[in-house]
Amino acid sequence: MKLDQKNVVLVGASSGIGAALAKVLAGKGCSLALIARREPQLIALADDINHNAGKTLARAYRGDVTQYETIEPLFDQIARDLGGIDVLIYASGVMPSVKRDEYCFEKDRAMIEVNVLGAMAWINVAAKRFETARSGVIAGISSIAGDRGRASMPGYITSKAALDAYLESIRNRISRYGVQVTTIKPGYVDTDLLAGAKTPIKAISPDQAAREIVSAIEDGAQVRYVPGFWRWIGMAVKCAPSFIMQRVNF
Amino acid sequence: MSESSSYQLTQDRRELVESWGMNRRSISYVFRPTTTSQIADVFRLAKSTGRTVGLRGAGYSYGDASMNAEDIVLDLSRMKRILDWNPDSGVITAEPGVTIQDLWRYIIEDGWWPPVVSGTSFVTLGGALGVNIHGKNNYKAGPIGNYVDEFEIMLPSGEIKRCSRTENPELFFAAIGGFGMLGVFTRITLHMKKVHSGLLSVGAYSTNSFGEIVESLEERRSHCDYMVGWIDCFSTGAKLGRGLVHTANYLGPGEDLNPAQTLRVSNQEISPTIMGVVPRSLLGKFLQPFNNNVGMLAINAAKYVQGEVMESHKTVLQPHAQFAFLLDYVPDWKHAYKPGGLIQFQSFIPYDQSERVFARQIELSQKMRIIPFLGVFKRHQPDEFLMTHAVDGHSLALDYPYTESNKDGVKFLVEQMARVVVEAGGRFYCAKDSLLTSEMARAGMGEDRIERFACLKQKCDPERLLRTDLSRRLYDGFK
Repeated sequence: MKLDQKNVVLVGASSGIGAALAKVLAGKGCSLALIARREPQLIALADDINHNAGKTLARAYRGDVTQYETIEPLFDQIARDLGGIDVLIYASGVMPSVKRDEYCFEKDRAMIEVNVLGAMAWINVAAKRFETARSGVIAGISSIAGDRGRASMPGYITSKAALDAYLESIRNRISRYGVQVTTIKPGYVDTDLLAGAKTPIKAISPDQAAREIVSAIEDGAQVRYVPGFWRWIGMAVKCAPSFIMQRVNF
Repeated sequence: MSESSSYQLTQDRRELVESWGMNRRSISYVFRPTTTSQIADVFRLAKSTGRTVGLRGAGYSYGDASMNAEDIVLDLSRMKRILDWNPDSGVITAEPGVTIQDLWRYIIEDGWWPPVVSGTSFVTLGGALGVNIHGKNNYKAGPIGNYVDEFEIMLPSGEIKRCSRTENPELFFAAIGGFGMLGVFTRITLHMKKVHSGLLSVGAYSTNSFGEIVESLEERRSHCDYMVGWIDCFSTGAKLGRGLVHTANYLGPGEDLNPAQTLRVSNQEISPTIMGVVPRSLLGKFLQPFNNNVGMLAINAAKYVQGEVMESHKTVLQPHAQFAFLLDYVPDWKHAYKPGGLIQFQSFIPYDQSERVFARQIELSQKMRIIPFLGVFKRHQPDEFLMTHAVDGHSLALDYPYTESNKDGVKFLVEQMARVVVEAGGRFYCAKDSLLTSEMARAGMGEDRIERFACLKQKCDPERLLRTDLSRRLYDGFK
């Protein structure tokens, strides 16, 4: 599905991949509903987009993905404001730093609430609408991290694995109605989540990630690793014997 | 009028609403009342929730005339009772959801036929009045509004007004053709046409140019009850505008020896099979491979040759329903245009300009290689309704496929063709429109008429509850 001039809801738009996606989509003439908790950054982004476009393309909506009861009314309001919704992209995510020997339920809960439950709350509403409309695109920004349980960050990995399973389930449910569901699995992307940490493979910029994500959606991809070479790394990690995974720390 | 309401804006009321041309889709809260109390409830719900209401009948407008994205759609199709019928005088009173099909089936065996019908029988009376439909006999009979004796209309306030040529005449002549902007028709009284046979005497002849079709229709208009032309939009040069004309006449008293039989509903129905074997419902599927420039060029050429060789100057007897409802002949034929759908561009041009304007439209289409798959040509007369689309002249209705790859081109083409129409003093028809700009629509209608309509809307609907996507697109909701 070409994304030119579509109505797009972008959750988690104030920074990182979300903000970069907003700019790429604005370049395609999309009407954007930008949702995030951090209102000043969101408004600044919307103003920047609208100034560059010379017209109102982006509307900012303050929203907290963990306030689940507010999501459906907000979604309906956005639909009225934009005159319809064609695409939902869920790009909201948290990845608090967790030490190798740390077991912190509060951090784990935050990751499940934002990375999984927030996604489910938004995507459920969109899925129901798109099923009725017999068209639409849902894209979830997951991670290669969800491909295999690893010692380094159990909570984050679990949240992404859950998101992968949820997106696949939704795809299996509504693709028969003409709705596209795309799971994006980025590798290292230079955002606040990495917080400048050193990575064994060079991180790509959010702008590059955004361009590849938009391509994936327009290609109709079901699952896309960003950049594409992470697919082979993911395959290797998935196939690695358990006795090896139990001895490595990454 | 009920004070309590069971109508709420719940998620299960949200439905996909599509234009008949399949070129627009949106989600709306859809309500289907069966009583005037329920209609009033919908208006109260709209007021209390800050929403607007778009009216819808059978949804046979090609574009967004009966759509209201992300808001309320009031679908009158369940209000389909015949309230009164006089088989001696031919006067019938019906609810707005009664279709043209319901109507003719009800009256024909008493020797009556609707005086004006559209090319499909599935439109509702409410919708037919809302756009003031015309038929293949418009040049002689005028639009359906000419046959309305009176109607009742509910304003968004809940007040019901009775309208006729003498009672609330301003509202009478504005609501008919007012595309649902002033109120909801709740009760419509029309007078039908007396017929003495279930058959028409139908003739056909081919024409070789726009000039020839214009001239031939003019020669025949005084003695033909119906005339319609099909134009081969693929022909060029000296053959530009070649086509085939079908004429029809009612049989007079005594001309049909078996009127009781020919007037039976069963003898009007289009057979579900072709030659008793092939289900007509499959024809639409066979059309799909031909739904492209090459296929349609071949079909148009074949049709012209068939008409020239086999039909020319012959007369056959054909049931009213089979002559009238050509769009119903192949079930689901429009699905051959999926997934993008189709748009129809129909313009109404004064007599002395039509040959030039229509030739220009076809030339523009051919130049852009976006050629209409179907062109239908009719003769018209002006009428007295406020938001009229009619002129003393001709119309040409052009069907274009609307795909992801050609839609920008189609929009540009429509803009170019619309300019030619406006320059010639022509008009547009909201039942067919999908792509006109506000500038073109307003130029076609005339600011004077729009101003008068807007004043009446202010009186009837001061809170601007009645709105559709078309009214927003073309007239900014009459703010």
